[in-house]
Amino acid sequence: MKLLTLDLFYIIAGTFLLLAAGRIALDRTHPQRWGSAVFWGLLALTFLAGKALPPTLSGYFLLALVVLAATKQVGEKPEAGSPLTERVASAARLKNRLFVPALLIPATAILGTLALSRLHVGDLWLIDSASITVTSVCLGAAVAVVAGLRVTGAPVTTPVAEGSRLLQTIGWAIILPQFLAALGGIFAKAGVGAVVADVVAQALPTQYPFVAVLAYCVGMALFTICMGNAFAAFPVITLGIGLPFIVGLHAGNPAIMAAIGMLCGYCGTLLTPMAANFNVVPAMLLELRDKNAVIKAQVPIALTILAANIALMYFCVYRF
Amino acid sequence: MIKLIGILIVGAGFALRFNPLLVVMAAGIATGLVAGMSFNEIMELFGTYFVQNRNVTLLVILMLPVVGLLERYGLRERAETLIRRVRSATAGRVLLFYTAVRQVSIALGINIGGHAAMVRPLVTPMAEGAARARHGELPDQTSQAVRANAAAAENVGNFFGEDTIFAVGAIYLIKGVLDTSGHKVSVWALSLWGIPTALVAFGAMWWRVRVLDRRIERETAAPPAEGER
Repeated sequence: MKLLTLDLFYIIAGTFLLLAAGRIALDRTHPQRWGSAVFWGLLALTFLAGKALPPTLSGYFLLALVVLAATKQVGEKPEAGSPLTERVASAARLKNRLFVPALLIPATAILGTLALSRLHVGDLWLIDSASITVTSVCLGAAVAVVAGLRVTGAPVTTPVAEGSRLLQTIGWAIILPQFLAALGGIFAKAGVGAVVADVVAQALPTQYPFVAVLAYCVGMALFTICMGNAFAAFPVITLGIGLPFIVGLHAGNPAIMAAIGMLCGYCGTLLTPMAANFNVVPAMLLELRDKNAVIKAQVPIALTILAANIALMYFCVYRF
Repeated sequence: MIKLIGILIVGAGFALRFNPLLVVMAAGIATGLVAGMSFNEIMELFGTYFVQNRNVTLLVILMLPVVGLLERYGLRERAETLIRRVRSATAGRVLLFYTAVRQVSIALGINIGGHAAMVRPLVTPMAEGAARARHGELPDQTSQAVRANAAAAENVGNFFGEDTIFAVGAIYLIKGVLDTSGHKVSVWALSLWGIPTALVAFGAMWWRVRVLDRRIERETAAPPAEGER
């Protein structure tokens, strides 16, 4: 028996989404009142009911979310946020106490990961150790809300109101990462990866050791760009290109190949809108006008690291 | 080959700037259909995988109430006031410091960052505050550039610290894939070979923040164009 599990936090998140949907539904001045309320309400249901919902029903919910977003029925209220003068006055009054709740998030995460995961009375565990890092951060968020209410003396409705404002700033993009993960599942089920590996293997002269390294590294990056996820690309490209050519044909070291290969995938992650949680959601969250601004800032970094990885792998993988 | 239609749809859809949710759904449906699934089966798969992957969205959602609350009471303004007192601070140095903290902590298996929990409430106000303390008000494009680079600092620190020292997350996926294909490797070897790239990534970030600092200097030095404000 575990007290703090991911399921508990799914219910908390679902409740917050439901409250946000309710606030929008009651707000007569909201420009996209019903579309937005239904969108967040349906999403709340997938969090609250989760695995209890028949999967086909969740699928059709998802279809409804897509239709609402694509027909521009989901939006935010333009007013948004408290006046700057009020925030400056409050900052001057509360001073560094404001940091306490914010820093409690990482502090709880560290404590949870290192210590709380070991707490148990017999078979009753405090935290589910299977998902320890995520659960610890969730716990940190919960602890921080309580501390935030104490420090600011705000009414309990404020976190919901302000959280709902931020939720609408991000908008429908918030579900894009989760949705892309689902697409990855469908790609895997349909056998897309095997086809990609075949095409690369036939098109390139992999009998040269350098070409094998180049094909594997660039293949990891490119396939990650397509899938949005290096973890999804790794098995496909490693089984399709890396192991048969670098290890099989040229007797390279599999540990070096795989470790650096995964990091080539991360270079791809820096370059793709498909990795929405790293590149698109932050652009919304930081209120950037250009939704690709984060990717553009990362292009020089990603290409530098990728080039270094190719050189590093070529000089090491056949030598150690 | 026909199975690659999903990738084609995603590429074309993103390039033509259709709604990304619509693009993803279309790609999933097309891929499912050419693989011989029925429409209901595709919806079932979407539903199953979407619910299975709730943890992807969970952290962002849970951060919103506390971040919103603290912002309402002036957290960002306070962060800016504090950084103004550090005379050697520049936007670039703030971001580089954050990348380093992120790389080291995640290497130890501790996840302390995040775009919602750290970058929006603390890192961007500090970076922008450091720039304002030196150069006065920032033109809008400059402030956008600082924020985009703050997101990059988070991503680089997060990705390229992970696979070093303490084996976490990705290392076990790598080991799993290699093991099932008959190649026994130790997690320590995998971690060790992640370190050179981690250093290269830090170096690349160092280069970019220097470029950013010089850009801020340039854009704030020029007098604002006539009639513009």
